[in-house]
Amino acid sequence: MKNTYENRKYVFGAFLLLIAVVYIGKLFSLQVLDKSYQSTASNNVLRYITQYPARGLIYDRTGKLLVYNEAVYDLMVLPIQVKEFDTSAFCEILEITHNDVRRWIQNAKEYSYYTSSPFLKQVSSETYAVLQEKLYQFPGFFVQPRPIRKYSKHIAGHALGYVGEVDERTIKDNPFYKMGDYTGISGIEKSYEKVLRGEKGVNVYLVDVHNRIKGSFQNGKNDKPAIVGTNIISTIDADLQEYGEKLMVNKIGSIVAIEPSTGEILALVSSPTYDPSSLLGRGRSKVFEKLSSDTLEPFFNRPLMATYPPGSTFKLINGLIGLQEKVIYKQTEFYCYGGYYSRSIHVGCHNHDTPLNLPEAVQNSCNAYFCNVFRWILDNPVYSSVRQGYNAWKDHVLSFGFGHKLESDFSYELKGFVPMDSYYDRYYGITGWSSLTVLSLAIGQGELGITPLQMANMTAAIANHGYYFTPHIVKEIEGEKGIDERFSVKHQTTIDSVYFPIIIDGMDKAVNGPPGSGSTARIARIKDITVCGKTGTAENPHGEDHSIFVAFAPRDNPKIALSVHVENGGFGSTYAAPIASLMIEKYLNREISRQWLENFILETDLIHIDKKD
Amino acid sequence: MLYLLIVFLGWVNIYSAVYNEEHHKIFDLSQRYGKQLVLIFGALIIALLVIVTDSRFYSLFAYFLYAVVILLLITVLLFGKDIHGAKSWFELGAFRLQPAEFAKAGTALALARYLSSRGFNIRNLKNLFNTGLIIFVPALLILIQPDTGSTLVYFAFILVLYREGLSGGILIIGILMVVLFILTLIMDKMTIIIALLVVGYLVFWILDRNIKRFLIAALIYIGLAGSLFGLKEFTGLELSVYFILIFSLIISGFIYIYFVYFHRIQKAVLMYLLMFGSIIFTFTVDYTFNNILKPHQQKRINILLNIESDPYGSGYNVNQSIIAIGSGGLYGKGFLQGTQTKFEFVPEQSTDFIFCTVGEEWGFLGTSLIIILYTVFLFRILFLAERQRSEFGRVFGYSVFVIFLFHIVINIGMTIGLLPVIGIPLPFMSYGGSSLWAFTILLFVFLRLDISRQEYFI
Ligand SMILES: [Zn+2]
Repeated sequence: MKNTYENRKYVFGAFLLLIAVVYIGKLFSLQVLDKSYQSTASNNVLRYITQYPARGLIYDRTGKLLVYNEAVYDLMVLPIQVKEFDTSAFCEILEITHNDVRRWIQNAKEYSYYTSSPFLKQVSSETYAVLQEKLYQFPGFFVQPRPIRKYSKHIAGHALGYVGEVDERTIKDNPFYKMGDYTGISGIEKSYEKVLRGEKGVNVYLVDVHNRIKGSFQNGKNDKPAIVGTNIISTIDADLQEYGEKLMVNKIGSIVAIEPSTGEILALVSSPTYDPSSLLGRGRSKVFEKLSSDTLEPFFNRPLMATYPPGSTFKLINGLIGLQEKVIYKQTEFYCYGGYYSRSIHVGCHNHDTPLNLPEAVQNSCNAYFCNVFRWILDNPVYSSVRQGYNAWKDHVLSFGFGHKLESDFSYELKGFVPMDSYYDRYYGITGWSSLTVLSLAIGQGELGITPLQMANMTAAIANHGYYFTPHIVKEIEGEKGIDERFSVKHQTTIDSVYFPIIIDGMDKAVNGPPGSGSTARIARIKDITVCGKTGTAENPHGEDHSIFVAFAPRDNPKIALSVHVENGGFGSTYAAPIASLMIEKYLNREISRQWLENFILETDLIHIDKKD
Repeated sequence: MLYLLIVFLGWVNIYSAVYNEEHHKIFDLSQRYGKQLVLIFGALIIALLVIVTDSRFYSLFAYFLYAVVILLLITVLLFGKDIHGAKSWFELGAFRLQPAEFAKAGTALALARYLSSRGFNIRNLKNLFNTGLIIFVPALLILIQPDTGSTLVYFAFILVLYREGLSGGILIIGILMVVLFILTLIMDKMTIIIALLVVGYLVFWILDRNIKRFLIAALIYIGLAGSLFGLKEFTGLELSVYFILIFSLIISGFIYIYFVYFHRIQKAVLMYLLMFGSIIFTFTVDYTFNNILKPHQQKRINILLNIESDPYGSGYNVNQSIIAIGSGGLYGKGFLQGTQTKFEFVPEQSTDFIFCTVGEEWGFLGTSLIIILYTVFLFRILFLAERQRSEFGRVFGYSVFVIFLFHIVINIGMTIGLLPVIGIPLPFMSYGGSSLWAFTILLFVFLRLDISRQEYFI
């Protein structure tokens, strides 16, 4: 047996003994010789008061303050320090019941016996003043100031989002948060949480047996100041946003307005909306419950999450694709006698002059014209099959930002739907479909699903003659050079810029054509501003059709592009077009000249009709 | 033999009792206390199972068990539950399993088996290499999780090798590497390099005991580095300070070779290589950390080494812990009377910082008693390990010894502020099923070997 190195066991023994002696020595000096710890710790207790940072402020694009902070006071409890106290006096100050006290202390104990947790949140400053004087009677309780959100205007709930307490899952995944902390739940507050939140600090205080703060522990050596969150300038125009929300009262739908040259979102209206400040304070949970159970879904962010068929507005895209694919030219004419007829299929049209060239067809929104164009695109002889034609068409469509997320700075954007060829294979079999089968795409009906944000973005791309910037809601983060790089990338569509003026001509005529020329959106015209627009009507199998209008203005060097959706609003020209027109006027002229039109919209109530009947 | 069993069961009982009471204090009103009782019961069953198993099982299946734990470590990386950025846990219903804890036992078995195999010689390079492999494969897998604390435990195995004949030099290099590894992450690179240089030359002086040669060697280096600095200053050459320091070292190396050739000072060569190796190691660690690891991995390591973890500023936990222990005084505040302990500690740390509860509530009497108990316990293991007739038993015994030693020394050292914060549990006292069971297995496998040390060679 080899055991050559037996003597080395003494090295181990000596080592062990040495450590034991050193440790006991250290403990002796720490616990017996050094009296300083005993005096601080036996009579006094340390209290850690978290310094909550003020969240970053949010401004609108013109520098108006939209969101700021205000201090409230949370009454905290540290269960291990709680001793017998005068519950009646306590309840009287806080206006709570004995039962509440018992239950809330129990909750705190269940969370942690040794860590403080909120006992009663957001105590008013009056109550706080009374409580502060008597706090010494209630050992284990102390007050913790914390900032909460305040809103200078009651607008843009969906864009700004709101702040709420972190849930348990977030706490588990992210050690930054502790129970009772606030975090952004939606909108800018969520997307830019890391920018806005700042950094928590802590102050360590010595507290005597009477629950009074004696002063900073070790002269603040262990304190850490809170770091205030960074301010954000949003792209929202507060006046425009407010006006849009006003116009949309008593209507379901959305308005999205974009600055075409930058992709900045000027207004993001989702109706019905909610007042962001109603989600704060102690009544919060009731309001939240009421809003959540509302059948009109005020929390549903329609601009980003509702999808509609684009209706006739999609004729703009089909016209552009037809030009790019060289199946039509500006002067190409088609006849229309009340619609499009082919074998078994009939697509109706309204009464108008015939034949029409391309701009006139846009002006009149002729269904027959675009059915012809669409079939020529798909059945183009340069492609060997309708499948190839369809895929060429689809690629053009996708280049406008449809069928996928635009990757804006909202965290819950939907991608909409543009069918793949395989989608039709599944329905009709691989050889079972033709340009006629999918003809409803010609006039923007059928399977297409497009969000209002995507519609506004399409309009911006047309206004720009063929490119767009990813729509975004934040313009500037204070102290940073720029926002995310993805917002300065120019997304080029697959359509050459030379073709856009032809379609824009049609949009111009649709709004500004002379009376009797068949213009579908004359109601949207504004004196001295060339508005270019297109109406649309999304078929709604569940009720009245949805009214859609897309427009940009002015025609040269456009400043605003927008999409308006009014659910159950019927034809695009009925409600959506006037709303869009008023928005444009508001943004460009800052005042409204057509009072009658504004009154007409403000008085329109599409929600409570049924109840009146 | 029965006597031994009783003695050791007694040992465990003492620990269990102490440990039990501690938990009653900390987790009063919480469900952890009850859970821990169940875990203790489980530990006893495991102990029993371990004892009734034939002792030959452990040596025969040593490699197999090792393979099993390695497999578990790999699976936990793939399918483990991510908790606070580390994939260390399996979740089985309400119960969590941490394979890293059991891996220590597996490694100890494999190590014992390999070191006791016929014809093994630690001075044989191939054997040494294989030994290293046995130790570092699980260590690496645990480091990836990452669980730096548990990884460091594996360095303790080097002590076992030392007992089995590894030269003291390698032991020193091993310790040096660990220290350097941690220092590189905590401290500035420049400070470390300069410190290494100074220490290197001083050690050379102490070993050589010749002031003249020491001065010459140091002057050569300083002269070279100085002239390079001058060159940089006057010609405006773009030379990094690191380059100057290291280039001078290389050049002076050539000059030293000349000296060595004439004077035959082998120690100088050794010192030089050690110094040079250390600097290269520092750079490697630094480079790996900053360039190869991704930011979130860096952050994990930083958090585990407590470099930037504290929400309340650095040293918060240690301050808290020292205040708590210090407030205990000679007699302590008494059972359940602690006010300092665990105020704002996160749960994970409350398991690691259990010792400060002892300090606060039982005072110096309690803490010194615990340390004495642990010391006697460790001496007992050492004694038992030494009386093993089989090498397998001895190596395993030493493995058990160093694992316990490492955990106890690091854990208590950290709570009293003598050592950096490294999150590893205190054997038999910290809350946590995996560590309790793993320590139980370690101890009882060894006891089982001890019981049958007579028959082992039949
Ligand atoms: Zn027509």
